[in-house]
Amino acid sequence: MPSALVFFNELSDAPSKAQRELLTLASRFDRATLAVASEVPQSAQDVVSGYGVDKLLVAPGNDDVFIDHALSALAAAVKQSEVDVVLVANDNFNREIAARLAVRLDGAVITDAIDVSADLVVTKDELAGSYSAQAKATHGTLFVTVKPNSIEDAPQAQAQGQQLEVQPLDYEAAATPAIRIVATEAKAVSDRPKLTEARVVVAGGRGVNGDFGPVEDLADALAGAVGASRAATDAGWISHDAQIGQTGVTVSPQLFISAGISGAIQQKAGMQTSKCIVAINKDVDAPVFEIADFGIVGDLAKVLPQAAEEIRRRQA
Amino acid sequence: MTEETTVPLKIVVLVKHVPDVQFDRHIDSASLRLDRSESVLSELDEYAVEAAVSLVESQGGFATGHEVIAATMGGKSASNSVKKALQMGASSGFHLNDDALAGSDTVATSKALAALIEHVGDVDLVVTGMSSTDAETSVVPAQLAERLNFAQLTHALAVEFDGASRELTIRRDHADQTLSLTAALPAVLSVTDQANEPRYPNFKAIMAAKKKSITEVDLAGIGLDAEAVGASGSRSVVLDATARPAREAGTVINDSGQAGIALVDFLAEQKLI
Repeated sequence: MPSALVFFNELSDAPSKAQRELLTLASRFDRATLAVASEVPQSAQDVVSGYGVDKLLVAPGNDDVFIDHALSALAAAVKQSEVDVVLVANDNFNREIAARLAVRLDGAVITDAIDVSADLVVTKDELAGSYSAQAKATHGTLFVTVKPNSIEDAPQAQAQGQQLEVQPLDYEAAATPAIRIVATEAKAVSDRPKLTEARVVVAGGRGVNGDFGPVEDLADALAGAVGASRAATDAGWISHDAQIGQTGVTVSPQLFISAGISGAIQQKAGMQTSKCIVAINKDVDAPVFEIADFGIVGDLAKVLPQAAEEIRRRQA
Repeated sequence: MTEETTVPLKIVVLVKHVPDVQFDRHIDSASLRLDRSESVLSELDEYAVEAAVSLVESQGGFATGHEVIAATMGGKSASNSVKKALQMGASSGFHLNDDALAGSDTVATSKALAALIEHVGDVDLVVTGMSSTDAETSVVPAQLAERLNFAQLTHALAVEFDGASRELTIRRDHADQTLSLTAALPAVLSVTDQANEPRYPNFKAIMAAKKKSITEVDLAGIGLDAEAVGASGSRSVVLDATARPAREAGTVINDSGQAGIALVDFLAEQKLI
């Protein structure tokens, strides 16, 4: 049975949903180690040990230089823990870390995974979720980037209270060309769940006609995230961070509600692996209705507020 | 963009010929490889070409000796993507064409492209799109930075070049922040679709592109063995690929004033609320 190493660049007081999913996946392997490239608060250590992780390697680093510290820390952790598979998140930063280390350590990298079996066969999406493929490493350590919402978060009951061995990680500082972080700008903080991790996503397109109010209101009634088509973000109606599709993020929630989005191929690419799709559009011929489990031909400005109100009434 | 650089820049922009995303795309069930018959320049690479050409224009233009070399790897038809880049303003082209390249994963692809860039020689900057629109891994630029020991400036939302210090600064999203990152050349730059507005080649540019040269090389020509790339040079293998069953259309209703309620009824039935 192979052993697994999970890597987080940062771990706050409360591990994120995507981080807990990675720990759950790691707990299925023989031995699970976690390496973190920053300080790890005690509360986070307690959560981590609940997933059967037996060793935590900690490497606090330099905040003024981009990517180098994470690369050196993970490279050292891989060598020191002699694992078969390294599991990281599927965001750009972690994908790049995994891909560079696959080159540096002569291993393999597989992105967009939705599962990794006990014999290290990776199940992944291809062509924006229209194909499902299986792949494996043919040489060296396997680095896998795992999509959020693919693994059911499940701490192990028997692991609660298990002793977690915490070790500072010995590593050599990188000799790669320095990339200086010259400025940082915090993004607007939202109380809504993260788009890629949310169980429910409500997304608006050209049909919202500049007003995301009804989309946001229904998302809040469902405790979901707000998404948008490229037409809506290009029009400046909502931040580019909300963009779903070929050039935005890919989501795979339990419930995707599409409002005023036609459902062109590039838009479908970002959401077609959602478990349940509901579509609201004025145009009866909109292609989105071909993939929707439930469709409403109507005005989203009327349908969304009515649905939000009804949800709140039933939940009251 | 303050002062112009006095030393000419040699820029390689990497372009890829990919199946058109406007249509359904297929993976061949026997070879497990993508059907590439209806291919175009990857839309996201247009932003890379634009970034490279506009950088040169900001530094005194091509007349001052700067070069933008559009490079690609792949079969015969892959050179169509280079031709499009030449129409958009790239000064010359390079096409790594070798049958042994087929089936390369990102590890083997980055190996071949790094060897191609080293073959071009004295390259200051490699520019790419944020991702190909076929494999969509978006990791090859980072792997090139690793292999070439260039600074990795990837997923740029905006790009600025300081000619005096020959330093690039980009803006990039990272976790809950937008970072401004600065590094000296040589660098690998990948740009997002937010970075610029790609130009549309006019008739004059299309005619001018016909006079530009595309150098074709094979693996031996850039000093790589066939075993270094393709399946044998890859570190991962695809075992199986199956089309997901097409989603079936469900119930579609017309709103006659109560559709919002019907929507909530549906969610309750599906145990989604």
